[in-house]
This record gives sequence, structure tokens and C-alpha cells, in this order.
Amino acid sequence: MRDRLIFSPWLALAPALTIIVLLLGASLAYGLAQSLGLMSGLNESSFSLRAYADLFSGQGIAGREFWGSLGFSLWVSLASTLISAFLALLLAFWLSGSRFDTLALNSNLAFPHLVWAIGLLLLLSQSGLLARWAASLGWISMPAEFPVLVRDKYGFGIILSYIGKEVPFLALLIISVLKTQPDGYNLVAENLGASRWQRIRYVTLPLVLPALLSGSLLAFAFIFSSYEVPALLGVNYPRMLPVLALRFFNDPDLSARADGMAISLVITVITLVVAWISLRKGEQ
Amino acid sequence: MTQDPLSAFENNIAPPLKIRVLDFWGRLGGGLPRIPLYTLLAAPLGVFILYAFSQGWFFPAPFPETWTTSAFERVLSDSRTLTSLRDSLMIAAAVSLLSLVIGFPAARALGLRQFRGRQAAWLLLYLPTVVPPLAIGMGLNILFLQIGLAGSLHGIVLAHLVPTLPYVTFTLAGAFARYDEAYEFQAWVLGAGAWRTLFTVTLPMIAPSLAVAALFAFLISWSQYLLTLLIGSGRVITLPVLLFSAASGGNPVTIAVLALVFLAPPALVIVATARHLHGGEIREQY
Repeated sequence: MRDRLIFSPWLALAPALTIIVLLLGASLAYGLAQSLGLMSGLNESSFSLRAYADLFSGQGIAGREFWGSLGFSLWVSLASTLISAFLALLLAFWLSGSRFDTLALNSNLAFPHLVWAIGLLLLLSQSGLLARWAASLGWISMPAEFPVLVRDKYGFGIILSYIGKEVPFLALLIISVLKTQPDGYNLVAENLGASRWQRIRYVTLPLVLPALLSGSLLAFAFIFSSYEVPALLGVNYPRMLPVLALRFFNDPDLSARADGMAISLVITVITLVVAWISLRKGEQ
Repeated sequence: MTQDPLSAFENNIAPPLKIRVLDFWGRLGGGLPRIPLYTLLAAPLGVFILYAFSQGWFFPAPFPETWTTSAFERVLSDSRTLTSLRDSLMIAAAVSLLSLVIGFPAARALGLRQFRGRQAAWLLLYLPTVVPPLAIGMGLNILFLQIGLAGSLHGIVLAHLVPTLPYVTFTLAGAFARYDEAYEFQAWVLGAGAWRTLFTVTLPMIAPSLAVAALFAFLISWSQYLLTLLIGSGRVITLPVLLFSAASGGNPVTIAVLALVFLAPPALVIVATARHLHGGEIREQY
């Protein structure tokens, strides 16, 4: 019995690892193969680097949009992450973790990104709730006069949606770090004559920064690689990379699949690098 | 002269009224700046409720003129909604159960044992949380078509295990890291068999974490859009798929009703497991 309890850990891990390794491995292998022109469903499928060459040289239907999309993706992801991190920091210092506040922030995490984005759409579109209120206050006389806040070409709607979800996420992260820190540091600093601002700047901020950096990188990786929000709140041009990838993956012209797959793998590589840095920062 | 017990209580124990009033205003003062924050957090839910119960709400009117549940009745009697609700529930339930059963032994090994390659196993299990669902779904699309799993509930359940297994395993591994195996040994000394030990000692001891892990698995599966779309090949329409297509060009009332229907089960599950949640645990992917 005692022997059975300390069975080889690998046997216990086998089912989970098998599923992950097989499915993840297969998806990446198939993705790579299709990006290289293999298994495209076409009769004359043969190995070629065309999709990648097109993307990086900015040629072909997918390539022409690639660099612009990459730039747009980076803009949206960076803006959302930086604004969220800054607001989360302010929020965490202000709320400092009362039970009810934590609960309120957690309730936001219960909204899937998809539903949050749809809520924003109904709230901010030109015939949405705020436009109706503006009209009944006499500020505008018809829907078209309301500013374009969602489905705009600058990605403001997408950024706004992500801020609404990432601020509570990062604020909860900071609050949980603050909770585990002893009061001692602050007391010592206060005893040595540090002002409130100095205590935040030299004591609290250095304590929460590693966790905030790690969490922000994770948020960046998530935003950079997700599809639903930009698909709902974005415009046709410019598009974020995941939207572009799925567009070419679903193209009736099967040779465009390679382009979609290549874009998806570019997204994956960038996401994994950022997640790896986040993991390293989180360990410190 | 005997003192009235109540006034004795008030004089000696209850704080003077003035301080209590001040405390009330003090709290309100601390609460007031929170009003905008709470408004923002509740805004999407408020919008859904306004739209979902409205009827003939035309543009300039700030609020619906008539309130009705007819949109709910219409959407909930639509067979597409019912089918998608049923499929979503079945998938999420199967995924939760399977990831608990598969994640449990893995979590036990990771939480209780030190062995060569533990870090590697941990890293492999971590990987699906950062590989984009887009890449997983697009890659698995052809494979599942070839082996006949595309467009089936089985295929979708299998694909959902990729994002849920890591969360379930790490949640349970955390529980096992704080777990004392000596209790199991004691049960065995007292004559309990392996199954009896599992059901009367191990599982009850980690029950709170099991509940949280099941919650994660349910939420992740329930809100999964891309994987379902890419594996379901348009033949399995779960609730998020239906909601997404409504949101890309449907009428706001239908969208709002579907959004509320979509939010209800997760809300119920979160309330059911709330006392085991410690905040900040519901993670990014959901």
C-alpha cells in the first residue's frame, strides 16, 4: 500500500502530459507544416517558404497588410498594457484591499472578455446607451454626431475594452502582493522621517514592481494573441494580427491557408517570448 | 435602585452615539469616491439589463418606455438558443469532470513529490496557458478533420482540455503542497483500502481546492470561443459562438438577452464556490 502511494510520479503525470504533448505538439506541427505549404488540402502541395517570404517582404495579399497589422497589434497591446498597469497601481494604492473592494474587482474578472466587449459595444456605439443619453440631453441630434468610440480605426474601442478587464486583474495582483508584505518596512521608513510619497516611491513601489511587471507582460501576451475583442470592436483596416490570421486561414482559396498559419506562428513566437520573460521576472 | 439592563448596556458597552455617527460619515466619505469605480465595473451588466427588458426603445429616448420579458421568451424558446445552451453545458461539464480526473494524479505528483524532471513536467503543463488558442485551434483543425473529430462534441471536449488541464493541475498541486500524507498512512494502518482512503480522507481534505479547480475548468470551457469555432467547423454552435455571431450584426435586444443567458451559469458557479476563492485567482484566459 505504502509502495502504491509512492508510485512513480511519471505514471501519475502520464495522462495529463500525454494529452498536452500530443495535442499541443500536433497543433504546432500541423500549423508549421501548413505554413510551409504542406497538407494544404491542395493536390500539388509541396514545401515552400513562400508564405514567410511574402510576409516579411510585405508582398502578396497577406504580406501587404502584415507589417501594418503588426504595428497596429503592438500599438493596441502596448497602450492597453501600459495604461492598465498605471491605473492598476493607482487603484491598488487607493483601495489597499478592503474585503468588499476585492470582491467588486473579482466580479469583473468573472466577465469573459467576449461579454465585456459586447457590453462596451451596446454602451458606446453611435446608437448605444451613452449616445441616447447625449441625445436626450440635447448634446447631439442624431446618432452619427456621437463620436466613434468603438469600431474606430485607431483601436480605441479595443484598448478601452482591455483596460476595463486588465485594470482589475493587475490591481488584484498588486493588492495580493501588498497583503503579504509586513508593515515593518513602512514603519522603519516612517521612523527615519520618510514622507508618505517617499514611502510609496522607495518602499512600496519596489516591493510590487516585479509582480506588476510579470503580470503586465502576461497581459501583453494575452492581448497580443487574442481574437474576439479586436474582431468585435475593430474595423476592417487596420486589423490586429489574430484577425488577419483567421481571415486568411478561412479564405476560400486554400493556398491562403499557409499565410494564415504563418501569421499565427509569428504571433505564437512573439507571445511565447514575452511569456518567457514574464516567467523569469515572476521568479525573481 | 436597580438600573435598567438596557441602559447599562448602552452606557457601558455601546460607543457614544456621536462617534458612531462620525464613523458612519467617515465610512461614507471613504465610500463616495468608490462610486465611479463601482459604476464602471457594473456598467456592462446594467446595459445588458436595460436592453434585455426593453421594448420598442427608439433612439433619443434615454430609457426604455415599456419593460417586458418578451425578448427573453422569444430567445429562450428559440431552438438554436436551447441547443447551444445544452451543448455548452454538456461540454463544460464533461471538460470539468475529465480535467479533474486527469489533473488529480498529476497534481498529486507535482505537489507531493520531488523527482528528476519535475521542473520540465511543470513547464510542459504551463505551456498551454501561453500558447494562443488561435494557434492551437488552427493547428488542430486539419488533424481533427482527418481523424473524424471535427464538428463533434467529443472533439471539442478534447480540445478544451488543453487550456483547462494546466489550471486544474496547478490549483490542485497547490493544495497538495500544503497536504500531509501521514493522514492517508494512518487510514491505511487502521485498515482502510485505497479507494476508501481516497474517498474518506484525501478528497475531503482537498475539497475546497477541488471546487475551485472545477470552477476554473468550467469557466474556461464555458467561455471558449475560438477553439470551439475552429474544431466545431460550424456544426457545433455553443453559446459563445451564437453570442458572437449575434454581436457581429444582430439586434441589441437579442444580444443583451443572450449575454445575460451566457453570464448566468458562470455567476451561479462563482457564487457556489465563492467561499473558497481568495481573490485574484480567476486568471487571465477566462
